Amino acid sequence: MTVETKLPFDKAYIEQFSNAKNEAQWMRELRQQALEQADQLEMPKPDKTKINRWNFTEFNHELVEGERISSIEDLPADMQVYFDKENIPENLLIQRDHSVAYATLSASLQEKGVIFTDIFTATQQHSDLVKKYYMQDAVQVDQNRLTALHAALMNGGIFIYIPKNVQVEEPLQAIFWQENPQAALVNHVLVVAEESSSLTYVENYISQNAEEETVANVITEVIAHDNAKINYGAVDNFAAGTTTYVNRRGVAYRDATIDWALGQMNDGNTVSENITHLVGDNSSSEAKAVAVGRGKQTQNFTSSIVQHGKDTNGYILQRGVMLESSSTIFNAIGKIEHGGTRSNSEQESRVLMLSEKARGDANPILLIDEDDVTAGHAASVGRVDPLQMYYLMSRGITKEEAERLVIHGFLAPVVTQLPIESVKNQLTEVIERKVY
Amino acid sequence: MAGSVLEIKDLHVSIEDNEILSGVNLTIKGGEFHAVMGPNGTGKSTLASAIMGHPKYEITQGSVFLDGEDVLEMEVDERARAGLFLGMQYPSEISGVTTSDFLRSSINARREEGDEIPLMKFIKEMDAALDYLDIDKNMAQRYLNEGFSGGEKKRNEILQLMLLKPEIAILDEIDSGLDIDALKVVSKGINKLRDENFGCLIITHYQRLLNYITPDYVHIMMQGRVVKSGGPELAKRLEAEGYEWVKEELGITDETVEQNA
Ligand SMILES: Nc1ncnc2c1ncn2[C@@H]1O[C@H](COP(=O)(O)OP(=O)(O)OP(=O)(O)O)[C@@H](O)[C@H]1O
Ligand SMILES: [Mg+2]
Repeated sequence: MTVETKLPFDKAYIEQFSNAKNEAQWMRELRQQALEQADQLEMPKPDKTKINRWNFTEFNHELVEGERISSIEDLPADMQVYFDKENIPENLLIQRDHSVAYATLSASLQEKGVIFTDIFTATQQHSDLVKKYYMQDAVQVDQNRLTALHAALMNGGIFIYIPKNVQVEEPLQAIFWQENPQAALVNHVLVVAEESSSLTYVENYISQNAEEETVANVITEVIAHDNAKINYGAVDNFAAGTTTYVNRRGVAYRDATIDWALGQMNDGNTVSENITHLVGDNSSSEAKAVAVGRGKQTQNFTSSIVQHGKDTNGYILQRGVMLESSSTIFNAIGKIEHGGTRSNSEQESRVLMLSEKARGDANPILLIDEDDVTAGHAASVGRVDPLQMYYLMSRGITKEEAERLVIHGFLAPVVTQLPIESVKNQLTEVIERKVY
Repeated sequence: MAGSVLEIKDLHVSIEDNEILSGVNLTIKGGEFHAVMGPNGTGKSTLASAIMGHPKYEITQGSVFLDGEDVLEMEVDERARAGLFLGMQYPSEISGVTTSDFLRSSINARREEGDEIPLMKFIKEMDAALDYLDIDKNMAQRYLNEGFSGGEKKRNEILQLMLLKPEIAILDEIDSGLDIDALKVVSKGINKLRDENFGCLIITHYQRLLNYITPDYVHIMMQGRVVKSGGPELAKRLEAEGYEWVKEELGITDETVEQNA
């Protein structure tokens, strides 16, 4: 195997990092092994996007302690917009750079044994639990060079655990705020829902480094045990200076459901994978994602549902709007493995081009290894329909406003799926800002 | 003199180099209701679309003025804000945009920035119009025309008409596909606007609409021109006798637009 450039981090560095965090032995070993593997493994190969010149490996990895805040009011104005003042979430965790700035979890959820805490505290207080799932069933350390690098250098994240039969009615919300413009974020989100539990979780990634360059390497692992239901929403909003690799994976066991609604609003170059394995019979997943590309950014989004169990249901919906000189590839991969009888795999990817210079492509892929299944796909890349514009303008609406309505309308099937009202509104605002 | 004046003079319109309208003359004044009738394919929708500024139609000759302003120089949205409205034969479906959001944007488009219609006032007005037109309130929250039945689309056009209150409205086959109750409701909506400040051009194939909305003038289009004009009695005669007598009287053999294919 070819060894690409040698990584700028060594064993001693990792050890010193683990020491600083007073980490459990298993985590130390996992990091050290991962570092060795990272040197050997190849970079991910997103279909139709060349990333060999992107910098994913050299960055400032130092831990940056973000200052704690005692209430939402302490946040700067541009962060306050993420909240509805009348309705501050009961269960909220704000990670500021690499430390927790604010964390609340309702007493009733605490009593029921729900865990909603940062990943370092979790590995200390719930070591066995975290160890059981951390980079085991959803994302493997050796998937590629970036997953291994992630495992070696993880420097932030959270752990969510919902015990058996517990229904979490109020959503859990996490905000990952990269305040320091240079600090890299190697963030790990691990969500485990035990049998017959349910949960809605929404996260925001935010940074403001338009000029300074850094890296985000984000891994999410979502485990839905039998009959669990997980509703996962996200708005990624890293600034132009951040090169992002985000890998969100789910594993659904029997009768379980994992639904995703992802607002992929990064301004920098981005590779995003969202893959859900429907392992158990009768499990299901809806993977919905929107993206807006602008400036010169290049992005690659893969949304995939792999169906192993019988009677599983997978639905992928991708919507993208391309502006200026942006370039974006949408891959939708529906896969039904041998044995996945009576399963259904559907997908729809649509890209709206708003600029002559933008490039966009939607690749619908169906891989079916079983006879008794149903499957369908639709993909299109197009421009704003002049007749729609005519109709809207014939009521006096200006061209800009008409275009705005059409774009929001185009993205609505995903945006409306975001589970928290304030996050939905905020995504709408981010879209607004990106488009105009 | 009250109301606006829309003056169409010698209008020639082409689509993809086919001349569809070959010299239409028509003047509509505030307070007047005009009906335009004519066999299929004679240019009625083309006339309506050309006045509104449909992107496919090219004006090759003639003029359209609204109160002395050159309509053909205006963008589509400017025409609307100048006071024109077109109830379309085939309205577009706009996914993801609710009827209510669309209506609010349309109303606000006519108002100054900073003077947008207050949300409560808008909802009150919209609800009143929905009631008046016997439209299910849920429709306002549905995506614009998406999955609407033919009749629902037509009602929705009239809903917009009532809320936007234009100076001059052109209604293209607003009655097609309507059941008899809907026809009455839609007519009621149009008649409510009838006053000296509101002019209307109604394109229709059927006298039954004109039983509810009595026109002041009736025009017949053939071969891309207005070939005959008269009063309400003209529509009644067409209903009874069809178009043959008109063609004979004028010596027309093929009433449709000639195609130079
Ligand atoms: N894109 C096009 N290319 C060529 N001819 C066209 C095109 N669109 C419309 N036409 C022709 O223009 C003529 C007039 O069409 P128009 O829609 O104005 O008729 P109309 O009087 O409204 O008919 P109807 O009563 O059926 O609604 C028709 O012959 C039609 O086929
Ligand atoms: Mg017509």
